[in-house]
Amino acid sequence: MQTPTLFALLLLLVLVAYGTGFTRAVTAARGSGGLRNLASLPGYYGLHTALWCGLPALLLLVAWIAFDDAIICAMVINSLADKPETISAQNLLWTQIQNVAAGNLFGEPEPQIAAAAEHLAALRDNSRLLKAGLTLILATGLGAFTLLRFSPQLRAREKVEKVLRWVLLACACAAIFTTIGILLSVLFESLRFFQAVPVSEFLFGLHWSPQMALRADQVGSSGAFGAVPLFTGTMMVTAIAMFVAVPVGLMSAIYLAEYAGRRVRAFAKPVLEILAGVPTVVYGFFAALTVAPFIRDAAAAVGLEASSESALAAGLVMGVMIIPFVSSLSDDVINAVPQSLRDGALGLGSTHSETVRKVVIPAALPGIVGGVLLAVSRAIGETMIVVMAAGLAANLTANPLDSVTTVTVQIVTLLVGDQEFDSPKTLAAFALGLMLFLTTLVLNFIALHVVKKYREQYD
Amino acid sequence: MNTMTLDAAGQTAPAQPESVEKATVDTDTRVTETVGQPFCDDAKLRMRGINVFYGETQAINDVSLDIGRNEVVAMIGPSGCGKSTFLRCINRMNDTIEGCRVEGDLTLDDEPIYGPRVDVVPLRARVGMVFQKPNPFPKSIYENVAYGPKIHGIASRRAELDEIVENSLRRAGLWNEVKDRLDQPGTGLSGGQQQRLCIARAIAVSPEVILMDEPCSALDPIATARIEELIDELRENYTIAIVTHSMQQAARVSQRTAYFHLGHLVEVNDTETVFTNPQHELTEAYITGRFG
Repeated sequence: MQTPTLFALLLLLVLVAYGTGFTRAVTAARGSGGLRNLASLPGYYGLHTALWCGLPALLLLVAWIAFDDAIICAMVINSLADKPETISAQNLLWTQIQNVAAGNLFGEPEPQIAAAAEHLAALRDNSRLLKAGLTLILATGLGAFTLLRFSPQLRAREKVEKVLRWVLLACACAAIFTTIGILLSVLFESLRFFQAVPVSEFLFGLHWSPQMALRADQVGSSGAFGAVPLFTGTMMVTAIAMFVAVPVGLMSAIYLAEYAGRRVRAFAKPVLEILAGVPTVVYGFFAALTVAPFIRDAAAAVGLEASSESALAAGLVMGVMIIPFVSSLSDDVINAVPQSLRDGALGLGSTHSETVRKVVIPAALPGIVGGVLLAVSRAIGETMIVVMAAGLAANLTANPLDSVTTVTVQIVTLLVGDQEFDSPKTLAAFALGLMLFLTTLVLNFIALHVVKKYREQYD
Repeated sequence: MNTMTLDAAGQTAPAQPESVEKATVDTDTRVTETVGQPFCDDAKLRMRGINVFYGETQAINDVSLDIGRNEVVAMIGPSGCGKSTFLRCINRMNDTIEGCRVEGDLTLDDEPIYGPRVDVVPLRARVGMVFQKPNPFPKSIYENVAYGPKIHGIASRRAELDEIVENSLRRAGLWNEVKDRLDQPGTGLSGGQQQRLCIARAIAVSPEVILMDEPCSALDPIATARIEELIDELRENYTIAIVTHSMQQAARVSQRTAYFHLGHLVEVNDTETVFTNPQHELTEAYITGRFG
């Protein structure tokens, strides 16, 4: 039986179990004079039966699918008379056997392999049968057992809620473990990179040219992995973006929260949020095709030299992209400042602008700072705009009209195309990713800490 | 005025109901005019024919009242009767509420409060306000009190400012409790201290009138007693209008009491008269606790 069919059957069984559990409870209640004589509502008895029917069977099924291949592999390899010594040779043999079993033949297979392939096919058939049989037996068995043990005193709700709590915990853990998993994989790849390139060179080297020689006689591809130009490039683009986003975002938030009438607000807020919904790739070609040439021409007009891909173009457009981020976070915290504070300030004879400047903004400041830090980490991690508009040359420069490159851009270029997975060139992407991850992690941590620590407790 | 002894009077003194019919008061009784003495000779604030609308709804109906110099006037009445709205007319705090419209003549020392040429900023400096919930700014205690003098440019030098802050805190009865921690946030004080801080903040700009909107409703009895003492002391220098839900408090702190009902001013009289011999049946019903 195919696995999808099995899942469908299991689902059907679960539904039947729910129905019978429910009916059983209702019948019992009717016999003894009303639902009040049950320990829980009938729905909980239904769920209780369904959970016992479905959950263990599902776990068994998942475990079976997860381990079935590995166990069969071990069994087939171990059954061979002269099995190879090394793991990689075993893997090779295993692939061969699988290919033969699947019918992908190149010429006549060796008799030993052909035999193993037959063995494999037989094992797989058995496994499939056993899987379907065991799952269904477990489901019906436990379902029936639960129905048999039904009694009006059974506290079905408590049991169901306990299971639900575990399910919730499992979901929460899934996100946490994924994060940890990603962090660890990036970390280990980075460690491999740092075996090839010293940490000090990576962190403090001034030259970035990640071309590795494939052959010993290749020219001009020594490979230099000094990431400082990338860090400065990232910082410059981020700084330009924040120069645009923070004042404009903050001012528009103040206007929307404090001065705008209801009608303006109803119109302007959704429009700002649309700006947040524009895909970054659209911003990217806007930056590359419209803003960057404009900046180059403008610079030429005043006698400056600007490259056609510049940090300024990328930073300006990224700033525009982040405006709604800053403004909507600030708008929320400004709105959260209680009206009583405004009344207090106005009641002392403050003007509206004094109230905003001296009372509302200071009260909202922790939230605003937190929002800005989150925006910074967003800007650092932003990729598409800089890929298109900032350029690829790892220049160590302080001139915003020059083209620069950022950490994210280099990660993209290092991993695009065919790559060897063990060369420092590829592994460098992981080290850069690790740096990026740590930076944004620290920024987010500080942001959340600032927001939490300095938030006034208005009840 | 002695602050505590009227406590008993406030509770027990109201005249006994004379007949059984009076026990059921028609609370929808149309109030056509105010009984008692709404006017006085030496008035600080004169209000004539005040109507307030929130959009289409009329919240205050033709109210006329004087508040005398160095007098404490208490405004009482059931929830939603318009006392707070009326109070907020006096320093034009209603301006901040969208759709709120005020009609009628209000004068402070015979100068109009509403009018095209009136600037609300100096007006609110002359008419201070203390709110129901203590609302200290999220600044230090010192900065809270210094806020008003700073924005109005009252003190030019640091020493002057220090003096104003100390004086205001002393008059609000808070100085001894906070003098060693002026640089700590005002929001860290207890509820009663916060409210006294707000009073200090209000008197730091030397207003002539102080409006208090249920200043003790969020406080415990001990803090309430301190604020009430304070109100009594402040009367020497200021004119005070206080809205309160506590009739004992009205009896303890005020010289005259105004009873509001559904947007009408029903009765204004000497506090003692209102609580011992109310002239209007609605007032009597309210203070004897038959509704409200």
